[in-house]
Amino acid sequence: MKILVTVKEVATVEDEFEIDGTEIASQYLSADLNEWDDYAVEEAVQLQEAGIADEVVTVTIGPEDAEQTIRQALAKGADRAIRVWDDALEGVDLLDVGAKTDILQSVIEDEDPDLVLTGVQSGDDSWGATGVALANELDFEWAAVVNHLEHDLEDGVASVRRELEGGIEELTDVELPAVLTIQTGINEPRYASLRGIRQAQRKPLDVQSLGDLGVDESAVEGAVTLTDMYEPESESDVTVWEGGADETAGELADLLRDKGVVA
Amino acid sequence: MSDVLAITDHRQGELRDVSYEIVSAGRDLADQTGGDLHLAVINGDVDAFAADVNRDGVDAIHTVDEGEEFDHGVYAQATAQLYDELAPQYVLTPNSVNGLDYAPAVAADLDLPIVTDAVGLSADGDALTVTREMFGGKVETTTDLEGQAIVTIREAEWAVAEGDGDAPIEAFDADIDEGALGATITGFEEVGGGDVDISEADVLVSVGRGIEEEDNLPIIEELAEALDATVSSSRPIVDNGWLPKNRQVGQSGKVVTPDVYIAIGISGAVQHVAGMKGSDTIVAINTDPNAPIMDIADYAIHDDLFDVVPALTEEFQ
Ligand SMILES: Cc1cc2nc3c(=O)[nH]c(=O)nc-3n(C[C@H](O)[C@H](O)[C@H](O)COP(=O)(O)OP(=O)(O)OC[C@H]3O[C@@H](n4cnc5c(N)ncnc54)[C@H](O)[C@@H]3O)c2cc1C
Repeated sequence: MKILVTVKEVATVEDEFEIDGTEIASQYLSADLNEWDDYAVEEAVQLQEAGIADEVVTVTIGPEDAEQTIRQALAKGADRAIRVWDDALEGVDLLDVGAKTDILQSVIEDEDPDLVLTGVQSGDDSWGATGVALANELDFEWAAVVNHLEHDLEDGVASVRRELEGGIEELTDVELPAVLTIQTGINEPRYASLRGIRQAQRKPLDVQSLGDLGVDESAVEGAVTLTDMYEPESESDVTVWEGGADETAGELADLLRDKGVVA
Repeated sequence: MSDVLAITDHRQGELRDVSYEIVSAGRDLADQTGGDLHLAVINGDVDAFAADVNRDGVDAIHTVDEGEEFDHGVYAQATAQLYDELAPQYVLTPNSVNGLDYAPAVAADLDLPIVTDAVGLSADGDALTVTREMFGGKVETTTDLEGQAIVTIREAEWAVAEGDGDAPIEAFDADIDEGALGATITGFEEVGGGDVDISEADVLVSVGRGIEEEDNLPIIEELAEALDATVSSSRPIVDNGWLPKNRQVGQSGKVVTPDVYIAIGISGAVQHVAGMKGSDTIVAINTDPNAPIMDIADYAIHDDLFDVVPALTEEFQ
């Protein structure tokens, strides 16, 4: 069977940063593979190693720069990658759930996988909704926030655990084809080996435009626009201890003595 | 057409707190749109649940009696059908694990925009502004849309609605296509029993990803020992297998309320804060002065944990 994994390159922000309009100024940003997608890639690669999957394909919406991140996923064992980009996507502040779903849907329809794995959310805009929206559009079954997947997929059924709030897990059987949104902790993502990194350079990475996919440019407009970004107003009345580590540790020690934590 | 439809959440026979919060969020929004607040109670003991959420400000309650527990197919179909019937301007659902398991499908199905994890809502005419966070709480944003929409609301962000309401409760006859339900719940399991119960601890020394490596954990353990405290952690530490699941504080871990909670190298993501904000005194040790944990900390040290923690341990040895 074929597994498709959505892989996003996310921006990570330095401790101190400035906001420029509705964006964080680029000098404070670096790029990384989305944490949740890392676990999704690992799960797919493990299914391949278990002899369940024949092929693992990644799909990314992103500019050419994102290829370093895509190669990370290939280095970890994905077989090939698709990157979707288009002039129309340049300068779009926020790709909303509907826009992402439209684009990914047409890739997935072309590829016709048995299983689609996405991260639960992306670390930057944290929509947490694309996987389930996609499933609905594809007429696939789905499960959100999956932290365990049985690897036999017997009779075309994925037995999963969904991690609910408060340390409770739901056991669910999902018929394939399906979309599962993958939660961290489901596995232990590997580091790419040197050999993997070398091999990744030679793996196919196919670039597609919206036109290639038959997606109308208007799709990227989405229905939701980002209108403002600011540092949250802190309601905090935190007492900050200043000084060297010995001084600040001393202040904290005094507090702990006052509170009767230690004699 | 300016009503609000809000869907409640329950599990294993009990309404979840967010069900009362969504009444407040929905009432606020309906006041701004000048419409009515409709609630839906889907599955479970719908009559008891409906009576329970019948609080001040609710205009109508619709019950869908189609099974015991949450089933995303039933929720998605029932919500879409209620939408067709009631034609609300906005549909609100909790941004819970279950909310995220059906709300996006409803949005896709009805071709409506969806905005998730709202922490603020304001409506003006046909326009809706939703406040939400990005980059793990480092920034707040506003997002605008026009027309109808589905919004999932963050838990514990709105007040619990109080006061008895007298909204009419009506059974809604949803037409559920059983053939379209391709997912079957086979059970529930509680995780994270084991050696210690962190929710009983008076003092927690809690470690996050700032610790970098498993080999660095002993400095945390030594501090805990010196304080006669219990070690807990944020999620990545458990995900990495460095501590067992029963040590995880947060939305999907344990809720803790110690006298003192020392958060070491923990950013304070909303899912973590959900588990520890009830602590009596919160101390944060973090190099990032802007980390969201600072918003709820009582005391903070903006410094390297590898310097501060050993110095603190030494104070008590
Ligand atoms: C559905 C869902 C459920 C979740 N449930 C939970 C949950 O129950 N519990 C939970 O914790 N998370 C949960 N999460 C994950 C959560 O979103 C965060 O990813 C997680 O809490 C981050 O953990 P952290 O603060 O340790 O790591 P990070 O966010 O990476 O923060 C590390 C912090 O350490 C600081 N730091 C780094 N180096 C040092 C140093 N040398 N000295 C001092 N400080 C340093 C950094 O400034 C940073 O603030 C959940 C997520 C989802 C989507």
